[in-house]
Amino acid sequence: MEEINALLQGFGVALSPLNLLLMFVGVILGIIIGVLPGLGGANGVAILLPLTFSMAQQPGGTTSAIILLSCIYWGALFGGAITSILFNIPGEPWSVATTFDGHPLAQQGRAGSALTAAFTSSFIGALIAVIMITFLSPVVAGFALRFGPPEFFSVYLLTFCAFVGMSGGNAAKTVASMMIGFALAAVGLDSVTGTLRLTFGFTSLLKGFDFLIAVIGLFGIGEILETLEEGLAFKGASARINMKVVLETWKELPRYWATSLRSAAVGCFMGIVPGGATPASFMSYGLARRLSKDGNDFGSGRVEGVVAPETAAHAAGTSALLPMITLGVPGSPTAAVLLGGLLIWGLQPGPLLFVEKPDFVWGLIASMYLGNIAGLIVVLTCVPLFAAILRIPFSIIAPVIIVICAIGAYTVHNSMFDVYLMVVFGVIGYAFKKLGYPLAPMVLALVLGDRAEENFRNAIKGSQGDMLVFFSNGLVGGLTSLALLLLFWPLIRAGWRVVLGKS
Amino acid sequence: MESEQQHSAASLRAVEIGVAVVIFLFGALVVFDSYRLGARWGDDGPQAGYFPFYVGLFICTSGAAILVRALRNTAFAAESFVSREELKKILTVLVPTIVYVSVIGYLGFYVASTLYIAYFMWHLGKYAWIKIAPVSIGVSVAFFLIFEIWFSVPLPKGPLEAALGLN
Repeated sequence: MEEINALLQGFGVALSPLNLLLMFVGVILGIIIGVLPGLGGANGVAILLPLTFSMAQQPGGTTSAIILLSCIYWGALFGGAITSILFNIPGEPWSVATTFDGHPLAQQGRAGSALTAAFTSSFIGALIAVIMITFLSPVVAGFALRFGPPEFFSVYLLTFCAFVGMSGGNAAKTVASMMIGFALAAVGLDSVTGTLRLTFGFTSLLKGFDFLIAVIGLFGIGEILETLEEGLAFKGASARINMKVVLETWKELPRYWATSLRSAAVGCFMGIVPGGATPASFMSYGLARRLSKDGNDFGSGRVEGVVAPETAAHAAGTSALLPMITLGVPGSPTAAVLLGGLLIWGLQPGPLLFVEKPDFVWGLIASMYLGNIAGLIVVLTCVPLFAAILRIPFSIIAPVIIVICAIGAYTVHNSMFDVYLMVVFGVIGYAFKKLGYPLAPMVLALVLGDRAEENFRNAIKGSQGDMLVFFSNGLVGGLTSLALLLLFWPLIRAGWRVVLGKS
Repeated sequence: MESEQQHSAASLRAVEIGVAVVIFLFGALVVFDSYRLGARWGDDGPQAGYFPFYVGLFICTSGAAILVRALRNTAFAAESFVSREELKKILTVLVPTIVYVSVIGYLGFYVASTLYIAYFMWHLGKYAWIKIAPVSIGVSVAFFLIFEIWFSVPLPKGPLEAALGLN
């Protein structure tokens, strides 16, 4: 039980007074970020990342920094449920499915039980995912220690092919968004050959595009513009949670244990495969409706209809960190931002992290347990406070959010050019969202572009340009084949249906 | 549905075509510059343009695919991308935002932010100046305390901070 020992040491790291304080600060900030329109997990973490630069330089500081940022992420996951249930506005895409039954419950005056059910199932989903991370990540990391450049490139390939094959949207748009991310990542000084690429003589492009600026612009400014045209009237149900409601709901929840377990399993799986929390929440809502005794009443305010998507979304959001810490491949945009943070602090995410920085890894994993407990306590006690934030008029909150985004963009490199870029990315984000281009592949490509290219180059350098290096042994061949299978999955499925239909 | 009641400023199809063309041109630019740098096999491995060259090709292909699909599908020509009312709302936020980020360099972050928040409250919120002044100044002072003093992250400052000796 090596993992248990390592985890206990991790708890030792995470339980220091400073780290506990950061946990609560992170969770509270995260919930505020999750509740506010225009701020979400990904850009919230991106904006606060520069503030951790100095923190990370102290001894043990990287652990504190990742605890702060990952707790912001847990908080944002919790916060999404508040707006969905009380205001029928999904704060995050993965809370859309929560509105289906959560908001009807609130309208019937049962907001308290809906919120309690949502928070509790979020917590359970996260807990199951963290337990899985605890035991699975050392195995995955150990396995990945044998990886060379071809294997790493095929893992990246797998990630990106999964986006194309599993997204369900327009494949050409997914490819376009992803490849634009890769192209933007290539801009600037090429570290291998020392040549300038795609700068066209502009000195401001020498450093290239920072993904943090892209995240803040695409998700922050873009979302504000989108919220704006939808109208700004927030009509919310009142939020009161008292101990009696909580206990009553908790008495009801064990009845839905099957739904919880099923949703957690869906969430854990979808979180590891990039695609993430949003499809997981819809999928488990659909499954729960089909398999539940009173599935026909779903949509009219069933607690079970809140349990299913919330458990899955939180499980997926948490397990998205598994490939991030073990392979250096983030499963969601927010995980991508956290990965970018590790790189900035000078840590090399990937299997070696478990060997070289066990304190960091296990401190992070321990903080996942503690952070979610902290989150549950904070949300159950402070809901009315957070709901009040949404009652601040839009004409005040919108400029304040844009100012925060601008500060975040500026502080990344202390450069005004980045602030202008942020606005440009905001307009792109708005247009792309309205036209159905997915934004997550672009962000992931922007973060992983350099590493993917480096591994690709080293792999084909080793093989003297022979592309068959990606099929040279069972491991890399299997990964590449799986990537291609996922890439062409929609075609394969369509073909399969044709064959079945004719026979 | 909505497009019949509200005047459309741009049809979905027109914007889809426009964006696809921009994507295609962007891809062509990437291909062009990668080719200039060398997208072949050099003496010691792939040249600098090798990887971006293919990335550019993928961008062009996907842009072309989106363009062809939009050109063939005339059904959504009637659908609206953005109505005039929506566009007007967006411009009332976007234009001040552009002005805001471009004056930061001259006025400093805090003064520009104060003016920006005040403009929003005055123009969109129709608040009285008696409410606008404390909120907009208060938010900027709070940001000053958080960033300059608590986190010691300096933001650009302008003539006002210089006059107050806060640099």
